[in-house]
Amino acid sequence: MKNNYKLLDVKNLRTAFNVEGKDVTVVNDISFNLSPGEIVGLVGESGCGKSVTALSLMGLVPDPPGKILGGEIFLEGKDLLKFSESDMEKVRGKEIGMIFQEPMTSLNPVLTIGKQITEILELHQDMSKEEAINEAIDLLKLVGLTDPELRINDYPHKLSGGQRQRIMIAIALSCKPKILIADEPTTALDVTIQAQILELIQKLSNELGTSVILITHNLGILARYAHKINVMYAGHLIESGTTDEIFYNPKHPYTAGLLNSVPRLDLDPNIELPTIKGEVPNLAEFNEGCIFKTRCPNPTNNCKDGKSEMGLIEVEPGHLVDKCCVNCK
Amino acid sequence: MYKYIFRRISLSIPTLIGVSILIFFFMRILPGDVVDAMVTDETGALVFTDAQVESIEESLGLNRPLHIQYLGWMKDVVAGDLGYSFWTKISVGEHVRRRAPMTLEIAVLSLIISWIIGLPVGILAAINRNSLRDYISRGIVILFLAIPSFYAALGFLIFFVLVFTWRPPVEVIFFWQNPIQSLYVALPAAVAIGTGMAAVVARMARSSILEVIREDYVRTAKSKGLTKRTIINRHVLKNALIPVVTISGLQFGNLLSGVIAVEAALSIPGLGVLLAQGLADRDWMIIQNLVLIFAFLFILINLLVDISYSLIDPRIRYD
Repeated sequence: MKNNYKLLDVKNLRTAFNVEGKDVTVVNDISFNLSPGEIVGLVGESGCGKSVTALSLMGLVPDPPGKILGGEIFLEGKDLLKFSESDMEKVRGKEIGMIFQEPMTSLNPVLTIGKQITEILELHQDMSKEEAINEAIDLLKLVGLTDPELRINDYPHKLSGGQRQRIMIAIALSCKPKILIADEPTTALDVTIQAQILELIQKLSNELGTSVILITHNLGILARYAHKINVMYAGHLIESGTTDEIFYNPKHPYTAGLLNSVPRLDLDPNIELPTIKGEVPNLAEFNEGCIFKTRCPNPTNNCKDGKSEMGLIEVEPGHLVDKCCVNCK
Repeated sequence: MYKYIFRRISLSIPTLIGVSILIFFFMRILPGDVVDAMVTDETGALVFTDAQVESIEESLGLNRPLHIQYLGWMKDVVAGDLGYSFWTKISVGEHVRRRAPMTLEIAVLSLIISWIIGLPVGILAAINRNSLRDYISRGIVILFLAIPSFYAALGFLIFFVLVFTWRPPVEVIFFWQNPIQSLYVALPAAVAIGTGMAAVVARMARSSILEVIREDYVRTAKSKGLTKRTIINRHVLKNALIPVVTISGLQFGNLLSGVIAVEAALSIPGLGVLLAQGLADRDWMIIQNLVLIFAFLFILINLLVDISYSLIDPRIRYD
């Protein structure tokens, strides 16, 4: 399943938002790649730029205030950032599907479920109305919805959050895209439903050969479902590697801190959970140097002075860490 | 659904009673009554003797105590009898039958015009937000909001007369008699009222669309690769429609007051002119009954607006 062919290759992506007349870079020099059939996790705390990265891939960064400043996003060798809007319309939904955090608000309340699935089939697959309806019923069966023949005439408000997320998955995978971006797909769902939805995504990824970018702040989810993990902090990619490497051999103090702060059943419940000291810097005020310097347990003098330069280096084959913090742990 | 409609209509009865009490007593509190208007000449001097004045008051029933007059009127209204004009002695019902069709034609046309101008302008302004097009359309919208409809009517009148050598028609032609000729009479009035209403529709449509565009499901629609046009037409418009329909219903009140001035400006003999004439003559029977009819129409239109919500948004049910 895993091979070296890069289906998606993101290079030095930079996306900024204009805040009160000033460009604030919220995705800063991000590079990662994706092989066919692979599930890659993108993890980090709220506001670290995970979702903006995803929207950048889709060409859906709200402009204004957002803007992609630079970088390259190669999908099968073609740079999406050079695509025109009408070319991107043929990529969205067809080559890259996306599901979102909020299933309750992600479906249009005034259109039937059927209409919301068939419109994408008619658009990208050149299907007639009847073909699209039959395909929509098959898709609803595929994502495990009961009575799909009846469901297609229902409006979204009649369905639960889990059912709606299944429909979102059906929509996102309807045109057999090469990549599925799942942006916190289970954050708004009950825990039992969370597992079902993730199992479904994994199963469909296996069956259809779809690569998945799984965005989450939940490390537990990634441990179970992801092949590779990219850790983001304040707009920067600070560590990247296979799931085993990240969990058993974290190099960056932030990654290690995240792992330590996960509650575990086998530890004494009376001991307070370790936390990462300090706060995420305000990106609008941050000037230079290592982004992690304010929270680093062992900053060098260079770091403190803001003279260190960031950038990933390979510490072991396939395991990349930001060079400022290789030895900070 | 029928239960809801029945409940809404029952609830409109106290409203109408309130309106009737207000208009009845306002007419009588205001200085000058119909007898003054009848018995004095232009200089204000009495031309009748006291005995004649009394006999006129008696014949019109105005010498009775106020509450008896009010209850008598209400009894007649419930029986479907709108009484007689103090001056012409023609029944108010007959007046309304003759004049209502023209006014309704103007009203419906104004509403149509307000939508076919207002909605596209609102959409254009919203999707080109903060661009030159947005600023221009917003400027024009504010201009039309600021112009009173009777003033716009005079402007259009001059424009039509000078540019199209249009002449105000001398007779009223009803729509079912000759639609084209009838539109010839009604259209200038409808344009004058409709453009002002279009401005309100455009403003509401713009802000409503801007709100809907930020919704998660519009992001979903974008992620499907739909074109901008499809996203606006299929995913945004229907969701943005409810506030626009609401404001359109409420504007029916403005429409009725606009009709009074515009019909007078263009000398179209409709209900508006009848009401204006009634006010000048202190013809209480005409004023009372017309105001009551206008109030009833306003309530009815807004009931229709409320019912239309369930057609637009499947989440809204009236059970």
